[in-house]
Amino acid sequence: MTDATTENAPNFFIRRETLPQEAAPLSVAGPVAWIRSNLFNGPLNTILTLLCAYIVVTSVPGILRFYFIDAVWSGTNRDACLADKIGRPVGACWAYIADRYQYFIYGSYPISERWRVNIVFAMFALGIVWMLWNKAPMKKLGAFFFFVLLPISAYVLLLGGPSATGFLHILLWVLLALTAYYAVLSFVPGIARFYTGPALLAVEEAAPPWKRFYRPKRLILMALVAFGIIALLENAVGLPRVDTGLWGGMTVTFLVAAVGIVFSLPLGVVLALGRRSKLPIIQLLSVVFIEFVRGVPLITVLFMANTMLPLFVPQEYSPDRLLRPLVGVALFAAAYMAEVIRGGLQAMPKGQYEGAMSLGLGYWQMMRLIILPQALRIVIPGIVNTFIGLFKDTTLVTIVGIFDFLRTIEATLVDPTWATPTTRGTGYAFAAMFYFLCCWGMSRYSISVEKRLAAGQRR
Amino acid sequence: MSTVSTQPPQPGKASLFYDPKIRGYVYQLVLLALVVFVIYEAASNAIENLRAQKIASGFGFWHNAAGFDVNQKLIPFSASGSTYGQAFWVGLLNTLLVASIGIVLATFLGFFIGVARLSSNWILAKLAMIYVEVVRNLPLLLQLFFWYNAVLKPLPEARNSIALPGNIFLNNRGLIAPSPIFGPGFSMVTLALFIGIIAAIGFYIWSKRQQEATGKQYPNGLIALALILVLPLIVFVIIGMPLTFDLPQQGRFNLTGGFQIFPEFVALLVGLTTYTAAFIAEVVRAGILAVSRGQTEAAHALGLRPGPTLKLVVIPQAMRVIIPPLTSNYLNLTKNSSLAVVIGYPDLVQVFMGTVLNQTGQAVEMVSITMAVYLTISLVTSFFMNIYNKRMALVER
Repeated sequence: MTDATTENAPNFFIRRETLPQEAAPLSVAGPVAWIRSNLFNGPLNTILTLLCAYIVVTSVPGILRFYFIDAVWSGTNRDACLADKIGRPVGACWAYIADRYQYFIYGSYPISERWRVNIVFAMFALGIVWMLWNKAPMKKLGAFFFFVLLPISAYVLLLGGPSATGFLHILLWVLLALTAYYAVLSFVPGIARFYTGPALLAVEEAAPPWKRFYRPKRLILMALVAFGIIALLENAVGLPRVDTGLWGGMTVTFLVAAVGIVFSLPLGVVLALGRRSKLPIIQLLSVVFIEFVRGVPLITVLFMANTMLPLFVPQEYSPDRLLRPLVGVALFAAAYMAEVIRGGLQAMPKGQYEGAMSLGLGYWQMMRLIILPQALRIVIPGIVNTFIGLFKDTTLVTIVGIFDFLRTIEATLVDPTWATPTTRGTGYAFAAMFYFLCCWGMSRYSISVEKRLAAGQRR
Repeated sequence: MSTVSTQPPQPGKASLFYDPKIRGYVYQLVLLALVVFVIYEAASNAIENLRAQKIASGFGFWHNAAGFDVNQKLIPFSASGSTYGQAFWVGLLNTLLVASIGIVLATFLGFFIGVARLSSNWILAKLAMIYVEVVRNLPLLLQLFFWYNAVLKPLPEARNSIALPGNIFLNNRGLIAPSPIFGPGFSMVTLALFIGIIAAIGFYIWSKRQQEATGKQYPNGLIALALILVLPLIVFVIIGMPLTFDLPQQGRFNLTGGFQIFPEFVALLVGLTTYTAAFIAEVVRAGILAVSRGQTEAAHALGLRPGPTLKLVVIPQAMRVIIPPLTSNYLNLTKNSSLAVVIGYPDLVQVFMGTVLNQTGQAVEMVSITMAVYLTISLVTSFFMNIYNKRMALVER
């Protein structure tokens, strides 16, 4: 089109009369406007809103009625929860949960020994808070507590018996020896120097093992305190052996989850480093392990641990029935953890590696001091998410005959003492609440960490 | 470059102990020796233990008579005349059946919920959010127990079956529906269906080329529907509708005849579908959010209406983000189908690693074969996934 045609064309429009006044627009603020724009904008949305409202109206009052209004809160056996016995409609039978909650927590662990489980629970809670709470002091000490002291203490306290206490005594002697050694090393040279003058100073400085020993003194001290308390308890009330066949309930659920995280994290770091290694055999072995484990379902790993592990070791060392799935879960979780950590390693800018190398750090120093602290921090959300999956997967140990929390619920459902039509619904609701609170709490935590980590990028 | 080159200073000869190359070799050799040693120890212990427990080894069991029956089977199988090898195929097919149907259903449900979470409809978005949060944070095993023990088991017994329209009965033994009996000549209909599908694909390719050449668009969806549905229907009517139904008969204690869907299958399918759908919903939501607003705004500025904007601009870009995690969710669903063992659905794990292992005691063989199957599925999928990713990856500069 040329300019001439547009100028000559009569297709323009000038309004000559005033338009009639329009009605005031519908309100754009306030609840009515909000409802209109969020619930009833357009026919499709109106239909969807009505449909959703219908679902809510039909389901929510029923659920509330079942779990709260009609629920039975106290009683000693099934008679309390039978409609024709108490003469009113019966909803959830919370009395059954109140009656059996000890079993759900401890399984068949002997009642007189349950304080041991409680101590482990308390230590576990302390370790979790120490590790996860951002502002907690002395994180390194916390990590040592969570990854070394807690597993050993849990082993000694939960299992007990001569083998565990013997192990505890050996540890205590070693720790005492280390403490004495440390005391000698820190005091004797000082005293000697006081008497001999600077003549011995050169000897002291020339002895690197002494120096190296100054560092873990706090760790040793804490280990000494923890194991010392356990040993005192053992002396006072004794720690008889409780066979793993008696363990059950939330104790086992938390145990499996804790073993999963405690062993899978270090193993995952090693596998992730192996996968990114330049040494071909190490890389190949890591890749094969990771891809193999990630390619098969956890159940097959558990079956393998349960049926094949006893074949692979000499008959007399046949592993405990609880230990087998623990090994399986730890290896399984390690493969997933390795992939998460590899993500963190890959996200590190190359400059970090090069900077570390130009400082003259070796491979392990570079990883320990520069790369891993940063890489692990940015994958905390990923680690927590893996852990949520692991926590849900702990239920699968049921299949190889371990009495975890879900299994204890199932076991009480076939118990005639509380067999009522609503027991099952109550038991599952209780289990659902437990798992939901744990998993949802963890996912909230992971989101908050993500937000904190992203704070630097926010504008 | 100057012609006079000074000799670069020779690096000082470090001792062999500090040579990174030699250290690398040593580390690897040590690790390899360790692995070989562990494998050798495990194998020799296993041989020893198997001999002590008098368990046979090797794959001779494959042709031995099975001696147990399986309720749901896609291929003929009976306690008397079938072998362990056939039991393997029965289990594998059941796994693949529940996984493939579950994948299709979970995809639809997941996409719907993922889009619903982003909906401007407040109540719909909140309901979708509650669904996702609740389902994702509960163990699948608990959900399977719920569906199987709390929903399907309390259904009435066979004699009090709930009759649904269309001669369908529902009771605690499952869903009994009329089973189709294909008369002679029905294969023509199947053939027509295949021809229809091929023709639809052909037409789609042709119309794509036409559009690229001339810009003219064709109603692809309608034509495909006509080819795939109407063509077999016409053939079906022409050849005289050779299809009858075997109706389930209400007997005194049980229903006879008809086609039975077992409650174990339904529970597993519903559990896997709803569980995986929650994860797929999150994947879809993340994918759609990953397409920047500017893309939608640009499409609107070009004059595209909301429908074509979604179809031509948003979804193709979101799919690039969605497909890789979607595949891993499909794999998870397949692997999670092994939880069938707790509710007694005869999948590969239940039949082969459960029953056959218990009967033969050959743990090493059963576990290895089962793991190999899942590993094959995973590796094949990730192989195709890598090809797809290479094709879809953004070509930069």
